[in-house]
Amino acid sequence: MAETTRREIMLGEGSGTGTGQNLTVGLGPAHPAMHGIIRIVAELDGEIIREADVEIGYLHRAFEKDCEVGGWNNAIPYTDRLNYVSPLINNFAYANAVEKLLGIDVTERCKYIRTIMSEISRVCDHLTCIGASAMELGAFTVFLYMIKAREFLWELVEDVTGARLTISYGRVGGVRADLPEGFEAKVRAAFKQTREVLDEVHRLLTGNRIFMDRMVGVGALSREDTIAYAITGPLLRAVGVGYDVRRASPHWAYDRVEFEIPTQKDGDNYSRYLVRMAEMEQSMRIAEQALAAIPGGPINVDFEGRPIDPAAYVDQGKQGKTEGLLLVPITLSPNLEGQNRKALERVTAHDKRVVLPPKETAYGSIEGLMNHFMLIMEGYGIRPPQGEAYFASEGANGELGFYVVSDGGDRPYRVRCRPPCLPPMAALHRMIKDEMIADLVPTFGSVNMIGGELDR
Amino acid sequence: MNGAAILERLRARLGASVVETHDQHGDHTAVIERTALPAALGLCRDDSDLGFDVLMDLTAVDYQKYPGREDGPRFEVVYHLYSLRWNHRVRIKARVDEDDAVVPTAVPLWPIADWLEREVWDMFGVRFEGHPDLRRLLMYEEFVGHPLRKDYPINRRQPLIGPQI
Repeated sequence: MAETTRREIMLGEGSGTGTGQNLTVGLGPAHPAMHGIIRIVAELDGEIIREADVEIGYLHRAFEKDCEVGGWNNAIPYTDRLNYVSPLINNFAYANAVEKLLGIDVTERCKYIRTIMSEISRVCDHLTCIGASAMELGAFTVFLYMIKAREFLWELVEDVTGARLTISYGRVGGVRADLPEGFEAKVRAAFKQTREVLDEVHRLLTGNRIFMDRMVGVGALSREDTIAYAITGPLLRAVGVGYDVRRASPHWAYDRVEFEIPTQKDGDNYSRYLVRMAEMEQSMRIAEQALAAIPGGPINVDFEGRPIDPAAYVDQGKQGKTEGLLLVPITLSPNLEGQNRKALERVTAHDKRVVLPPKETAYGSIEGLMNHFMLIMEGYGIRPPQGEAYFASEGANGELGFYVVSDGGDRPYRVRCRPPCLPPMAALHRMIKDEMIADLVPTFGSVNMIGGELDR
Repeated sequence: MNGAAILERLRARLGASVVETHDQHGDHTAVIERTALPAALGLCRDDSDLGFDVLMDLTAVDYQKYPGREDGPRFEVVYHLYSLRWNHRVRIKARVDEDDAVVPTAVPLWPIADWLEREVWDMFGVRFEGHPDLRRLLMYEEFVGHPLRKDYPINRRQPLIGPQI
């Protein structure tokens, strides 16, 4: 009787002597070290991955099909759920694609708000990515620190949008509401704390022997492969290509702020980590510059007369007491904060075909009411002319593109999202080939797969 | 090169296989004959002045219910190309009929076309000739139909699959 080899004890009878056939193992769809639901069928030779097939689609929610059913603005909540760690960028990129189709330009203040909020989201995204990757390598402290920092930033997001994750803050033609009072001071305070956290993490991780052993030289992809796989964002910059949509085709306020594009040369997990760490600092720099230069200033209510509540407003309008009514500011419920007329005029495009009128106008005049109805009623609403447009913005994982086609109706004919994390996932089998199965975990973490945008 | 020069170059090199060009909203677009697609994409990638080294996106649009195009070719396969070297973009499109929805593959030019073409096959049922492994990407194998086609109702339900308990 043949002696039971150690291999057979570990892998079961018939697994051979180590020179036999490879073992096929399915990882996932649900696995603790997976950030999302995904299946990797790996062919293992001992602990080395010889072949891998990545299966995606477990989180497919028919985003593109759903967009075709509602109005143009109805797609905004769906875009929240693409990259759910930095939903603001998705909102703005989609809204801007539709604006391109409509041929309208948003106000300066709105451009700055989009810039600031996008950069805050980018920091959140990178914090989550690095924190989770570090946790999987045993550095639980880093995860807690980074989630703490993300919490400060999400509080800012909550302050502006009223929600933390599913924010639905972007609108075609602007943003939902103006920034709250005292926002700049809060941002500076949050950034100060975030910088402290990043400094701590740098000291904990960047030169850490265990961390470097697991990250340096692991999961590398060559420059040629990275380009051929259309990988953008931090992974492309980690192979030394300084491509960034914010610099290559500047939109919003990116041409008016100074920032650097950090790059590395090696293209391994450690380079990606360094790029992301450096990018967070640049993002905070952009947001600070934009906050300092934002036009419009704080909200000043300098109308005559006291604010009145909406019901009284409507009553006065009905009774024909409209003289001067539109000059009276309205007391809005807290969930409509930042949407009074003065604020909305600053942050949304002045185009009646696209942007909902301020509440004062809708409650106080028949023209405003009709304008509101025309945008909300089915079969009316925003109607871009027939045509197509592609707009790209720099998402946290790379180029986030929206390709929209209009047939002239009030619903999108086609919305296509170019998900930034699909190309790296398509190349994942190349990154993990001939590496240890344990290295799959940091590689997978550095790719920063977000199921929401990968599967849509 | 600016967009107009790119389209001019494509017309000069590809002649009559460029069906139509336009530059709506600043996105320069060339509609190419399906048979000339490999040549056109190859030219875009390898011509040093064009230098489109990134296949940024590949998708399709179903024009079955588009006003004025109900009778024309049903699908348009859309390629968005980007050049890292020159920082310019172009959109290449090819039109195909429903009963002959086949397009030559772009996998030999860009490996990312592998997944993107699988997704288009999955969602629209457009086949890519020469693709090494044309499986569904997002839906499961047992799924019937192609959900992003305009005649696929959004509320259609399909039987649950999986191990029988």
